[in-house]
Amino acid sequence: MNDTLSGLLTIAAVAAVLALAWKPLGDHMARVVTGTTHARPERALYRLVGVDPEAQQSARAYAISVLAFSGVGIVVLVAVLMGQQHLPFSRDLPGMPWDMAVNTAVSFVTNTNWQSYAGEATLGFTAQMAGLAVQNFLSAAVGICVAVALVRGFLASRSGMIGNFWVDLVRVTGRILLPVAVVGVVLLLTQGVVQSFADQTIQTVTGGSQVVPGGPVASQEAIKQLGTNGGGFFNANSAHPFENPTPFSNVVQIVLMLLVPVALTRTFGTMIGSRRQGLTILGAMAALFTASLAVATWAETTAQGAAARAAGAAMEGKETSFGTWGSILFSTATTSTSTGAVNASHDSLTPTGGGAALVNMMLGEVSPGGVGSGLYGMLVMAVVTVFVAGLMVGRTPELLGKKIGRPEITRVALYTLSVPAIVLLGVGVAIALPSSADAMGNSGVHGFSEVVYAFTSAGNNNGSAFGGITVTSTFFQLSLAAAMLLGRFVTIALVLSLAGALARQRPVPTTAGTLPTHTVLFGSLLVGVVLLVTGLTYLPSLALGPIAEALTNGVMS
Amino acid sequence: MTSTPLPSMLLAQLPSALRKLDPRHLWRSPVMFVVWVGSVATTLVALTDPSVFAWFITVWLWLTVVFGNLAEAVAEGRGKAQADSLRAARSDVTARRLAADGTESVVPGTALVVGDRVVVEAGEVVPGDGDVVEGVASVDESAITGESAPVIREAGGDRSAVTGGTRVLSDRIVVQVTAAPGETFLDRMIALVEGAERRRTPNEVALSILLVSLTIVFLVAVVTLSPMADYAGAPQEPLVLVALLVCLIPTTIGALLSAIGIAGMDRLVRVNVLAMSGRAVEAAGDVSTLLLDKTGTITYGNRRASELLTAPGVPDDELRDLARLTSLADQTPEGRSIVDLAIQLGADDTDLPSGATFVEFTAQTRMSGLDLADGRSLRKGAGAAVETWTGASLPAAVQVQVEEVSGAGGTPLVVAESGADGTRVLGVVHLKDVVKEGMAERFDQLRAMGIRTVMVTGDNPRTAAAIGREAGVDEVLAEATPEDKLALIRREQEGGRLVAMTGDGTNDAPALAAADVGVAMNSGTSAAKEAGNMVDLDSDPTKLIDVVAIGKQLLITRGALTTFSIANDVAKYFAILPAMFLAAYPALDSLNVMRLATPESAIASAVVFNALVIVALIPIALRGVKYRPLSAEALLRRNVLVYGLGGLVVPFVGIKLIDVLVSMIPGIG
Repeated sequence: MNDTLSGLLTIAAVAAVLALAWKPLGDHMARVVTGTTHARPERALYRLVGVDPEAQQSARAYAISVLAFSGVGIVVLVAVLMGQQHLPFSRDLPGMPWDMAVNTAVSFVTNTNWQSYAGEATLGFTAQMAGLAVQNFLSAAVGICVAVALVRGFLASRSGMIGNFWVDLVRVTGRILLPVAVVGVVLLLTQGVVQSFADQTIQTVTGGSQVVPGGPVASQEAIKQLGTNGGGFFNANSAHPFENPTPFSNVVQIVLMLLVPVALTRTFGTMIGSRRQGLTILGAMAALFTASLAVATWAETTAQGAAARAAGAAMEGKETSFGTWGSILFSTATTSTSTGAVNASHDSLTPTGGGAALVNMMLGEVSPGGVGSGLYGMLVMAVVTVFVAGLMVGRTPELLGKKIGRPEITRVALYTLSVPAIVLLGVGVAIALPSSADAMGNSGVHGFSEVVYAFTSAGNNNGSAFGGITVTSTFFQLSLAAAMLLGRFVTIALVLSLAGALARQRPVPTTAGTLPTHTVLFGSLLVGVVLLVTGLTYLPSLALGPIAEALTNGVMS
Repeated sequence: MTSTPLPSMLLAQLPSALRKLDPRHLWRSPVMFVVWVGSVATTLVALTDPSVFAWFITVWLWLTVVFGNLAEAVAEGRGKAQADSLRAARSDVTARRLAADGTESVVPGTALVVGDRVVVEAGEVVPGDGDVVEGVASVDESAITGESAPVIREAGGDRSAVTGGTRVLSDRIVVQVTAAPGETFLDRMIALVEGAERRRTPNEVALSILLVSLTIVFLVAVVTLSPMADYAGAPQEPLVLVALLVCLIPTTIGALLSAIGIAGMDRLVRVNVLAMSGRAVEAAGDVSTLLLDKTGTITYGNRRASELLTAPGVPDDELRDLARLTSLADQTPEGRSIVDLAIQLGADDTDLPSGATFVEFTAQTRMSGLDLADGRSLRKGAGAAVETWTGASLPAAVQVQVEEVSGAGGTPLVVAESGADGTRVLGVVHLKDVVKEGMAERFDQLRAMGIRTVMVTGDNPRTAAAIGREAGVDEVLAEATPEDKLALIRREQEGGRLVAMTGDGTNDAPALAAADVGVAMNSGTSAAKEAGNMVDLDSDPTKLIDVVAIGKQLLITRGALTTFSIANDVAKYFAILPAMFLAAYPALDSLNVMRLATPESAIASAVVFNALVIVALIPIALRGVKYRPLSAEALLRRNVLVYGLGGLVVPFVGIKLIDVLVSMIPGIG
């Protein structure tokens, strides 16, 4: 079987599994977040922490809960990371330095999972399991909660109430993420992903033996992908044979990344009572994903550059067992979903392929984006789209029965403004600092791309990197931590505030004069707006990075 | 005014556009303020380090600001001309004030206070707004409405309001002043058309917020581009960065936004409707329920004869001829319509037979008719009245006909004859409300636009339903009291719908005030005019539909030009980015898809295009985007195609053409 055929079959398999899971998982999630009954352990938990599960929260209360919960999460995680030598199974590793601990804690709580450390050389098993893996679940759950709260904002009529964060958090973690993660763990274990509390001794090809770091990998691996986290147990992440041993495990990981963000579009459609609306959002996401995948696959398989041409494809930095197709499908999925796990070196992708990965993140992680964040990001873009398009049908704009007036557009404008501002200011400052030149793994255009990639990844909470760059200086640790923190919580605060503004409104009935938002036309407009907003914001940085690099290397000319 | 060609209109407003260069004025439009700051900056650059390129860019940046001001000034200028003609009507008048004891004193019109009573006689100008409390007069209101036919104003009822500045043509009236000088209708009209009281509408504010945020994004993008360019070894002149910034921020829509709003109000004024606020115009576009009065709006004011139903045994011709006879001397519209119908059906157009006397309709008999010289009497009237006259019940067949006519929403008039050989019922004339032509189509259009129509009438439910069906309205409110109207509005609004209605009577005032768009008829009472947020000077209730169309057109224009403005940026990037970094990365030349001559001419052309497109779009901003009553999906498809795709493509062509010219300038080309 040739590469192209197997590559296409792999893509078809991923699409088929997602299509099969879309309805049952999406509807299950809708039931979970709209259900009125509490399981016995859930009740016990609410009593324990003193939460009234029947109480509804305003947007402000919901946001305060999210921020407080995440703030405590960061503090606890910093403590765990800095004091890991006092914890069991620490493998005699010392605590993390403070700046790295802050960066890492922020990174995992913001669902970014940017890693400025090498997992196997830095962290003990307890820090991995009780520190990082816990946040893999919780940060993912927070994203889903916020998306659900926004959908409730569209549904509410003049109440201003958007649900109860604590109930959402418990249910999303317990009834969605945990069960699916267990299935994922089992599948990965069958492929040989390691799950142990000891390092592994292996036979080398030459007959000698070697101790290779092991640990409770599988249990962390499933939620790493399912929660679009991406923080690897090992430094090599999903290119490491203990994390991602086979082409099948590779497909499992890709499916896990895309599963929840894709199915959430169904959840959305089911909750608002218009499945076609959910499909339209999914269609826009799929169009962006497919286009990016096609461009990147074309760039990598048609082997630009002398060395790559000689090898038949751009194989530098890729795992041969996954091949070009398996690597690019993974890199597109990981950058489109805010996961940030990698099974190939993005730094070594062709300029066009690396540029595609960069653009996926610059889109604001909406194709299909991170768990929850993809849906709310796309809905925010839908608000921008109806605001302009809605006027063109002769009415003041409305989406899903809610008017987009001054309060709504203010929040949406700030949302679309915040991440690009964080990314561009970060790049601007970093590139102006003389010390940055030392951190870059390359000089010139590619070095610039590394810096752009780092801040884009942090600001959009992706977590993948152009690995050539060294980001252990205090400047990078803290500036990137700030980018992650602001990129996550400024946007969440604005989304929840938007949900509140929508929830305070009385719904407007749909008439023939209402702009239909469940059509192919609207889906296309949505894609156009996402591309236009991204393009206009980032074109200069792209032109000085990947575009200049690609054109100089002789692509497209 | 429409005939004034654009260039001369622009030229005429140039001085006022230059006056608007004051930054305190520009601050109101943040996008244009940024351009102003940029222009100041490039001026400084050009002064310290002069070059053809620097001065060229500087001049065109200033022109961008001026063109933006020009758009606003032209829009305002059209209103000013109208205001001037209104002011002429407000020439200083004196008033004959009545004291409590009935004595008159002459005071200046400006000295009147609310509650004063003034006498106005034929030939005099009404000194202020008020209600007629005594007398009847014909009044020439052409100063305000432009309509030369005089109107009747009388004490009591719904035609009591007079407007300051109008002229009494006959008789004498006593007017009680209801508005203080300076706050009269005329004063408000002047302020409105001049745009002096213009406040930004909610949607305009929301759009401005989006534009400001885009401006900030581009500001960040351009500011951070500076260190990036330094790193790339292609440090950028501040001049070029400012040029890039101005090209990227949404100057087109930023410059035209207020002109679009002013022009929308102006378009309403042109159909003789005055909106008290821009908010009302915007709401008109959003209206989803229209309350229309049946009489005068959906139907002609009067009932008309539509068919003759002959009683059994009576020849058709006989009923036709006798019905005509009974109505010949009847000057009511109903009577005349019976004559018309009879002639249509082939009756001879002869005069009254000699010796016949006309019997007028009275409230007691509720019949009218004719007593002929030969002793026969003819009567027509309601069934019950005819029964009383003949002293017998109607024949069963006629009774059925009467009920059929009533059931169809019509009014049955029974025609009977009495003579030497007893009385005889001849048949029934079917009088019906005639729905105006084209109403059904208009309601279909409205439905396609997502607007429901509710017909409001005092008729009984059966009659109302029949007319409603014929006219094709969506709902009928029969036997409507003002309270019912108000309740209906509240109910619609409770469901999130915006309601528009027209009204003229004082008892309409609460409903007018509650409606999102309340159009008061100028012929109505001052209470109604006070309560509504629009006044129709022609007092034509059908115009509500036009008002909705103008509201929609305003919003569409705003959205279309915003889309166009943002889509333009793509081409500008393709012009400027390769120009900026060609030296550092020669490969970027392949992005120069327009093949612009030199980096300088590429940047200059983008700046020139950016400025000229404002001028080019002024006519669309003033006239409004063409609007057709289509469904939302169809409208969107059309406008996205024209303004979205057009916005992408046009600047590529425009910048290329400008480049051909600009590249001939030494020092740039």
